[in-house]
Amino acid sequence: MTPALKNPSRSLLDVEDLGGDGIIRILDLADHMAEVNRRPNPKVPALRGKTVCSVFFEDSTRTRLSFETAAKRLSADTMTFAVSQSSLNKGESLRDTIETIAAMGVDAFVVRHGSSGAPHLIDAWTQASVINAGDGWHAHPTQALLDAYTVRSALGRTGGLDGLRMAIVGDVKHSRVARSTVAAMRMLGVHVTVVAPRTLLPPDAGDSFADAVTDRLDDVLADLDVLYLLRMQQERTNEALVPSLREYTTRFGLTPERAARLSPQTLIMHPGPMNRGVEIAVDPTDLPGAVITQQVTNGIAVRMAVLFDLLGSGNTAPGAETADISSDTSSDTSREGGSQ
Amino acid sequence: MSLLITGARVIDPNGERRVDVRVDGAIVSDVADRLDPVDADEVIDAAGLVLAPGFVDLHVHLREPGREEAETIETGSRAAALGGFTAVVAMPNTDPTQDSVEVVDFVRRQGERAGLCEVLPSGSITIGRAGERLTPFAELAAAGVKIFTDDGNGVQDPLLMRRALEYADGLGITLAQHCEVERLTAGAVMHEGSCCSRLGLPGWPSIAEELMLHRDIELVRLTGVGMHFLHLSTAKSVELVRVAKADGLPITAEATPHHFSLTDERLATYDALYKVNPPLRTPDDLAAIRSGLADGTIDAIATDHAPHAPETKEQPLDQAPPGMLGLETALGVSLASLDMGLVDVIAALSWKPAAIAGVGDRHGRPIEPGEPANLTIFDPDQVWEVVPARLASKSRNTPYVGMPLRGRVLHTIFHGAPVVRDGVALR
Repeated sequence: MTPALKNPSRSLLDVEDLGGDGIIRILDLADHMAEVNRRPNPKVPALRGKTVCSVFFEDSTRTRLSFETAAKRLSADTMTFAVSQSSLNKGESLRDTIETIAAMGVDAFVVRHGSSGAPHLIDAWTQASVINAGDGWHAHPTQALLDAYTVRSALGRTGGLDGLRMAIVGDVKHSRVARSTVAAMRMLGVHVTVVAPRTLLPPDAGDSFADAVTDRLDDVLADLDVLYLLRMQQERTNEALVPSLREYTTRFGLTPERAARLSPQTLIMHPGPMNRGVEIAVDPTDLPGAVITQQVTNGIAVRMAVLFDLLGSGNTAPGAETADISSDTSSDTSREGGSQ
Repeated sequence: MSLLITGARVIDPNGERRVDVRVDGAIVSDVADRLDPVDADEVIDAAGLVLAPGFVDLHVHLREPGREEAETIETGSRAAALGGFTAVVAMPNTDPTQDSVEVVDFVRRQGERAGLCEVLPSGSITIGRAGERLTPFAELAAAGVKIFTDDGNGVQDPLLMRRALEYADGLGITLAQHCEVERLTAGAVMHEGSCCSRLGLPGWPSIAEELMLHRDIELVRLTGVGMHFLHLSTAKSVELVRVAKADGLPITAEATPHHFSLTDERLATYDALYKVNPPLRTPDDLAAIRSGLADGTIDAIATDHAPHAPETKEQPLDQAPPGMLGLETALGVSLASLDMGLVDVIAALSWKPAAIAGVGDRHGRPIEPGEPANLTIFDPDQVWEVVPARLASKSRNTPYVGMPLRGRVLHTIFHGAPVVRDGVALR
């Protein structure tokens, strides 16, 4: 399985591959994309003629819709290949599936897979760009980017996020969101504390994983710029990882009492979908710092930035980028179905 | 037929010397400083080479019957002969399982048909390796089975394991355990440690091996019946065996070349080539395995040769089967990785495993007149790299591409006849 000779920057598999400067470049690009999205006709011809294929081996409505919306706003053609892993097991191998779709002429695969590392394998099998849209417990780089973007824009910052303090709470062990978001935030200068019982931490979760680890949410609550809540799944109680969801909420949930102790400036984030009453036992609309909806909105701009960064013709010249996305598609309205 | 081997550096259980060796039929007929080549049918010039008793691999998966697309007994035997092995113990996880006289007889006969090395079928400890009912140990022993194991799985039930040991007592057989408490390894694909945390992969904790090893050591102490432990992979396992042996318990142990040459960092590319059970571990574990081999705590080097068809390995790690090839690279990896004298490495590849496999009467013998001529001749200094396409195995899942190996088998003699000459299999 020798990896194909391909410029690694043509794919996004791990957020770590971008480095701090690379992340900031994407976030700056996402600012331009957010501006596009605010237009009456939020569409630019930047990726016209490019084909983006979503290949989802695991259910995910929000991530798939977010990527497809992003691709369409850049005028790329989109295809979707949704398959449950069980039906794949009945016949065609993953490699044959990918090579078959690639033969139709695809510029980028957006891959969601239940197995850690599947996008890395796919990347070795195709010349197309591969964007990891979540693999197993491993990584979800565009989630990390949209999280960083959400913090940056909510605080009105430019550049990195030096000096901020964030706590990420919950099932870190099984969370690709945690792995990528913690890494991205730390690369941007955020001090990250992981809050979880030992059972929900990766083995050897030491300094290399986070700046601090604790099982006492109340100890860190008062001093946070960002409180990031992870989804807590019912299945975890069956595996003796936590005794019950009620006990989880008592120790790690955002209860009204804890919410009252937060600074009003503390941003509250969640990758969704939320388990209300479990990790978040308050109505987020009652929380002044909640930016959970903004995360979803920002996801489109950030994924536009990623797609453009990987597929755009002038992806090494920022000047060309902005020129390419500045023009709108008003001249194309007849082909797009006409304005009414 | 008469075969003369000249100028060889002989290394066998009696030590080291430089002599000529004559083989007549299947027997070593003469050993002397200089023998006359006149009446020999074939002469092997072994100047600068090591002549040793053939190697014995306690642990190979030949996949026949059941997975002939990955390996057959013939292709696996050829790989063995090219690796210098004259006997291999075939693991029982075939389909059907080697749990009846019919299946073990089939495996043995297929080995004889190939005629490249002696294929010694193991028997499973439990029917279908399901961990529930014992196989007919005595019937299988009468059919020549010496090693019993459920390899691929450990015997989870401690009561069943105790009964198996007690029932085996006196039958002249050895039970071999794959140590893995399965409740601790569900879904695991690699060593549990910092590397698996980073890669987001479910971890196989060392303690899953050590707990079963410790349980079985205590069962050996309780029953007084000996056991062999397959593929030790952790530092603590080596220590447990060391202490148990110091207590005088009748146990033996093996380690694979990959567990003393490759670490869990190999999984960083998510390439299932490096998925193996037990998993590749840390540099500290590798060092402990090496020192366990060096001080004799670990008796034997065994390959756990596990062929898999390419399409099965071109899958995400959690879906790909565990295992890697080992027969053709065992000597080269051992000499490249171990800081041990040549005699000790050969002991761990030849006469020590021959005794454990119960074939010490015909393999791993001193090279003396009257002894069976199961021999290997290798260049201990040749540095080479494995080329997957040139492997005799039907599969290609070797993890050693690009790694310089040291020591290459040139000739293998089985039942007195060359089956490998100049690194090429003759049949």
